[in-house]
Amino acid sequence: MFKIVHREEMADATVILNEIEAPLIARKAKPGQFVILKANEEGERIPLTMAEANVEKGTLTVIYMVVGKSTALFKTLQVGDGYQDVIGPLGKPTHIEKVGNVVCVGGGTGVAVLYPITKAMKEAGNHVTAIIGARNKDLLILEDKMREASNELIVCTDDGSYGHHGFVTDPLREMCEKGSLNQAILIGPVPMMKFASKITEEYDVPTLVSLNPIMVDGTGMCGGCRVSVGGETKFACVDGPEFDGHKVDYDELMLRLQAYCEEEKQCYESYCTIRDAV
Amino acid sequence: MADKPGKKKTIPRQAMAEQEPEVRRRNFEEVPLGYTMEQAQMEASRCLQCRKPGCTSGCPVSVDIPGFIQCILEGDMTAAIRNLWGKNALPAVCGRVCPQEIQCEGECILGKKGDPVAIGNLERFAADYERAHGSGELPPKLPPTGKKVAVVGSGPSGLTVAGDLIAKGHDVTIFEAFHKAGGVLVYGIPEFRLPKAIVGQEVHFLERLGVKIECNAVVGRTVSLDELFEEGYDAIYLGVGAGLPRFMNIPGENLVGILSANEYLTRANLMKAYKFPDVDTPIPIGKNVTVLGAGNVAMDSARTAMRLGADSVRIVYRRSRQEMPARAAEIHHAEEEGIEMMLLTNPTRYIGDEKGRLTGMECIQMELGEPDDSGRRRPVPIPGSELEIECDLCIVAVGSGANPLLTQSTSDLQLNKWGYIMTEPNTGKTFKRGVWAGGDIVTGAATVILAMGAGRKAADSIHEYLVYGW
Ligand SMILES: Cc1cc2nc3c(=O)[nH]c(=O)nc-3n(C[C@H](O)[C@H](O)[C@H](O)COP(=O)(O)OP(=O)(O)OC[C@H]3O[C@@H](n4cnc5c(N)ncnc54)[C@H](O)[C@@H]3O)c2cc1C
Ligand SMILES: Cc1cc2nc3c(=O)[nH]c(=O)nc-3n(C[C@H](O)[C@H](O)[C@H](O)COP(=O)(O)OP(=O)(O)OC[C@H]3O[C@@H](n4cnc5c(N)ncnc54)[C@H](O)[C@@H]3O)c2cc1C
Ligand code: SF4
Ligand code: SF4
Ligand code: FES
Repeated sequence: MFKIVHREEMADATVILNEIEAPLIARKAKPGQFVILKANEEGERIPLTMAEANVEKGTLTVIYMVVGKSTALFKTLQVGDGYQDVIGPLGKPTHIEKVGNVVCVGGGTGVAVLYPITKAMKEAGNHVTAIIGARNKDLLILEDKMREASNELIVCTDDGSYGHHGFVTDPLREMCEKGSLNQAILIGPVPMMKFASKITEEYDVPTLVSLNPIMVDGTGMCGGCRVSVGGETKFACVDGPEFDGHKVDYDELMLRLQAYCEEEKQCYESYCTIRDAV
Repeated sequence: MADKPGKKKTIPRQAMAEQEPEVRRRNFEEVPLGYTMEQAQMEASRCLQCRKPGCTSGCPVSVDIPGFIQCILEGDMTAAIRNLWGKNALPAVCGRVCPQEIQCEGECILGKKGDPVAIGNLERFAADYERAHGSGELPPKLPPTGKKVAVVGSGPSGLTVAGDLIAKGHDVTIFEAFHKAGGVLVYGIPEFRLPKAIVGQEVHFLERLGVKIECNAVVGRTVSLDELFEEGYDAIYLGVGAGLPRFMNIPGENLVGILSANEYLTRANLMKAYKFPDVDTPIPIGKNVTVLGAGNVAMDSARTAMRLGADSVRIVYRRSRQEMPARAAEIHHAEEEGIEMMLLTNPTRYIGDEKGRLTGMECIQMELGEPDDSGRRRPVPIPGSELEIECDLCIVAVGSGANPLLTQSTSDLQLNKWGYIMTEPNTGKTFKRGVWAGGDIVTGAATVILAMGAGRKAADSIHEYLVYGW
């Protein structure tokens, strides 16, 4: 069992942080990589990015949004409980290099994925501006950590309850217009990555996005995670999860993410019924 | 033996009872039900006890077939299983899944004139009997050598290496990427052909012998080969299989509703998605299902789709029936269960709706031309013969390749042009010192028994290396 040693609730308890004992994985984890977790015997294999890894403590941290049955089940796990299986580190690490001016844009739980990359990019000597967004103030996560990890932080909320009123794409466009950007890293909901990539493409800013298709094994043996990048089929778990944001077929990805929506709804509803009855 | 050979020939080959097609096509329980002791002995009595048994030379691991059959005839089931174990660590598996018709049974002398001895059925019987009635006593182990061996991959070849080397006194750890051990035996071959409890028991047997199994260990990611050596392993065996799904590379392949057989079968078998929503992993339920390819993997996918409730399941294959690579028994079972064969048909394009979901396939009809490299007649499209098939689920089972995850992270292994690991054929030695490989990652997708045979050879070579240093 992989024990949870620390747990936090964020964003009105819609987002949960778990620090998990997994020394072998922590030793190897690099920014941009993910793990697959399975709670119990009947559980599904769920990919989550590592927001942090601590080699000394032998732990890794995941931050996830509760969206369906499996993440709702994860939410019930408390400190001292654990996951039956944790597999990783999976995926290619982010290519960290000194390129100059970097903007890191995160939306929703994408901010958790973005955090270790932002930190590493700054440590590599880049000037890093981070832009993070959420629907409202209560749903914003990791503000302090992101402020620490970057040279400059811009916060946006859709409803204007905090920081800049509007989407992360507004300050991104402004920065692009200023014209000194060498690299953009965009991580968040698919529509956000799609629109933000359009902007950076207009200004020819090299762009990385991190994709989250449905996965099973995470080792390149099932092909369930196929995404189209530049007209070619890639397996996100081994060829990615990061890709050139200007080449990704986001519309296909959005449709593929809906593959099991009926089944998922059924599974989640029956789970909630049982849970609420207990 | 007192019986005269002439008398034996009059006994017909004993058929094994099976679930009726009408019933089994909607459940996941095993199809053949096994022999009774009487049937087994009746069948065993058909064997002529040949002095130079063709059957044994037809078996890739040279099982002493007349020997174990004689034990069954004499009712000494302990001797029968001991005899089998001498050559084959997984008789319950091989008795069920070996392509006997082209191996042992294909060379049985009785097959020249009539039906060969049902060697596979008898092997299965002996192994099942042991599981049900055996003492569970462990075979003897040599004293500890102090040498440590890492086995990467827990498919049939890795399990064989682990079993052989633990018996020789080495300290063995298996590293498996999945959360459960067994390789294709647990994630690929369905429950109705190979009950997972059998695989579980074989794995547990190794654990009782002292083999350590580290699941969730993706070698190349969680730990590298060089790190394993640094951690004190003296030798490493790579039995990582050929787990890279091939697709058709035709337009529309990323529509929702098109899955590789690997994904479909992994969901169904390893994740037990046929029990959804009692388990959390979903699997698409097709109304009209097509399966591309005609090997064992295609048959397993088609029969799984039928069991999950499809209205129609069609195998779409570009060659003719003669070239179908699946075992004869599996094709027969599939047809009995109502699976249709669309032969000499090749898909050219997938068709989807506005939601990105599969609704059909465009195909073209083929005819057989000149023989190709494989010696089979090459299928060529017939111009103007396009047709459209309605389907909402398509499972692609057109073969698999070498998964580069491990080999890419290990620069000093030598690979052939398809990405498989190159080895010395007699020993399984790779070009990297202290590393052996075998099974599908060396040969390309093959069979359980060949993977086991490669494991045995490598285990012998590893043992010599550990004990004598070469
Ligand atoms: C490489 C990778 C890294 C990820 N990292 C994180 C992370 O750090 N934090 C986090 O909160 N989530 C992350 N995700 C997404 C996370 O895996 C899904 O949210 C989770 O699988 C949903 O499972 P569920 O059973 O709770 O919900 P489900 O019932 O399976 O799904 C509920 C809803 O979420 C959508 N959905 C299903 N699977 C995914 C998916 N893989 N990605 C996005 N939406 C999905 C469905 O369309 C559905 O509408 C990552 C995904 C990948 C592939
Ligand atoms: C659906 C299906 C049906 C089949 N039916 C038959 C049949 O009826 N009869 C027959 O004889 N053969 C059949 N075969 C073929 C047979 O199963 C294979 O030839 C055989 O399993 C190969 O054994 P292996 O040990 O080489 O590899 P596998 O069984 O593939 O096992 C490899 C194992 O290594 C693990 N692994 C991979 N990479 C890593 C890594 N980097 N780190 C750690 N672990 C790793 C994998 O997860 C897997 O568990 C079938 C195959 C399939 C897919
Ligand atoms: S291992 Fe396979 S080929 Fe050999 S005797 Fe048994 S069933 Fe036949
Ligand atoms: S060839 Fe057939 S008859 Fe002869 S020993 Fe083998 S199984 Fe028996
Ligand atoms: S998740 Fe199976 S290949 Fe990527």
